[in-house]
Amino acid sequence: MEDQGLIKKTVDEHGTEDLMVVLGTPDAESAGIFAETVTIGDPAFSGPLAGVQLGLPVYHVLEPEVKEAADPQVFEDEVSLMEISLDVEAISKEVRRFREKIKQE
Amino acid sequence: MGYPVVQGASYILAHAPDLVQYGSKPRREIPKDPELLEKIQSSLRDFTAAKDYPPHQVFLGNREPEELWEMEQPWYENALQNSPRKGKWGEIFPEEEFYGWLKIADQFDLIHYTKEATEKIRAALSDHSLVEPEDLESLGEGDSEDQIKNFISQGALELYLKGDLIGCIRDGHDEDKNLTADILLENLSVKTTGFLAVKSLLENIDQKEEDIAFVINCGEEGVGDRYQRGAGNLAKAIAEMGGLENSTGADVKAFCNAPMHASVIAASLIDSGVFDHIVLVGGASMAKLGMKMQGHLENDMPIMEDVLAGTAVLFSKDDQVNPQIRLDTIGKHDVKMASSQQAILSALVDKPLQNNGLTIFDVDKYSSELHNPEITVPAGSGNVPHNNYRLIGSFAVKHGLLDVDELDEFEKKYGMPGFSPTQGHIASALPFLGFARERILKGEMTRTLFLGKGSLFLAKMTKTSDGMSFILEENSNSTQ
Repeated sequence: MEDQGLIKKTVDEHGTEDLMVVLGTPDAESAGIFAETVTIGDPAFSGPLAGVQLGLPVYHVLEPEVKEAADPQVFEDEVSLMEISLDVEAISKEVRRFREKIKQE
Repeated sequence: MGYPVVQGASYILAHAPDLVQYGSKPRREIPKDPELLEKIQSSLRDFTAAKDYPPHQVFLGNREPEELWEMEQPWYENALQNSPRKGKWGEIFPEEEFYGWLKIADQFDLIHYTKEATEKIRAALSDHSLVEPEDLESLGEGDSEDQIKNFISQGALELYLKGDLIGCIRDGHDEDKNLTADILLENLSVKTTGFLAVKSLLENIDQKEEDIAFVINCGEEGVGDRYQRGAGNLAKAIAEMGGLENSTGADVKAFCNAPMHASVIAASLIDSGVFDHIVLVGGASMAKLGMKMQGHLENDMPIMEDVLAGTAVLFSKDDQVNPQIRLDTIGKHDVKMASSQQAILSALVDKPLQNNGLTIFDVDKYSSELHNPEITVPAGSGNVPHNNYRLIGSFAVKHGLLDVDELDEFEKKYGMPGFSPTQGHIASALPFLGFARERILKGEMTRTLFLGKGSLFLAKMTKTSDGMSFILEENSNSTQ
């Protein structure tokens, strides 16, 4: 909820043009909830982004696009364990779904 | 003489559906939505449903944690039948009994019940094994309904039982924001549940109250006034209420990681010979009632965060019987370390094991943050213990000791399902301590690793994380 407020504040201050959201959530379900929140709006209609359609590009930290852009050593030290333990494919699929949804709109 | 031992642990619950509206989240949301209070009230569980809820029966010690994996989910729709309210480690208290203890804990005449409610509470408490005659006396006779209404008109917070107004709690000071009725209700709830956990502990172990020299409170609430916010000493207040007359105490704060810090401090004070017996206590987090209610209401579930919880542990000098805390394998998250989950778990699990010539598989069970997933998943917070176990297993994958396809099996063997209410520090690893001690004493296990983490950023003072771990191991000097 606090993150929603922070994202809204950042958008209010800097606009959406140069802004991207990188998620670190541990499963497809929560990744989907957060991806929906920063694209279509808070599905729970309870936070600062309820009814606010930001349409921000959103990625999960384990998606190939992010991995390729990251410093390999930092990725190894900080998130490689997540890559082993989490269902990267399911998470990526869920986040991509919302990315594609905003592209279509 | 070897490392200090764990002589016992207790876990209690207090069913508090009428206090859910005073949890932090409901208190903020109710004014925004005129229909919300009614929605909350119509989604509350009764005492039997809370008592028979499978994770609660595990928390109290009547079922083993792993049994939850075999039970059909959702657990709230597949409750056990006629479960006892008392378990091996403690019991679940109905709300009216909790209200009684709350009044007994109040030394400043803050809580007032009507005469009718007072009699009802007295009758409910009178046969309880923990009640002393002076406790029943301190309930008083109660106030007239007019007097209660008068207090409420002056700003006192209403107290309800099964939806009926039964009394109120008054502010502790005319101007002090730290002593308002809602904060004092939170603080008295911590004192009360902490006391109930300490008494349940002492009821179940063979150690005299007068032998306890020190109490460490690791609960999250900080008590205090305008000049020293959070600086008070709940440990000593709980020790006094629990009749630990030869004891003093102090509070240790580190958010959800406080139980780990407190355990290591307690064991170290004993190992250094300062004290022989120390009680660790953690009372409830009233602010967390209804914390994830929106996820529950959206999914047509009952409000799952309707219980307050408390825990207590007795640490003692080596008795050559009970399992010991290995003070040479403490894991800690240092300032220089990154705050990613990987960095934290490396500091708490991988490094201390490696430094002591142990592998991931030399630990029989890992007790991490044991939040009940049925509470957290619908609110988008994920299955916390499941994620932790997969991460711990991933170290073995990285070291070439395990195949990635074997992570599920690893979780089943070395982990457990979450069964603790989401009461912050309460869920942090210690709920398994009673089981671990028992299994090690029976020879079913050799060692358990307990690990906790703390979100220090919440206080806006630092962005670093926190974490600590310790190993509980069979007694190396055991004569049995």
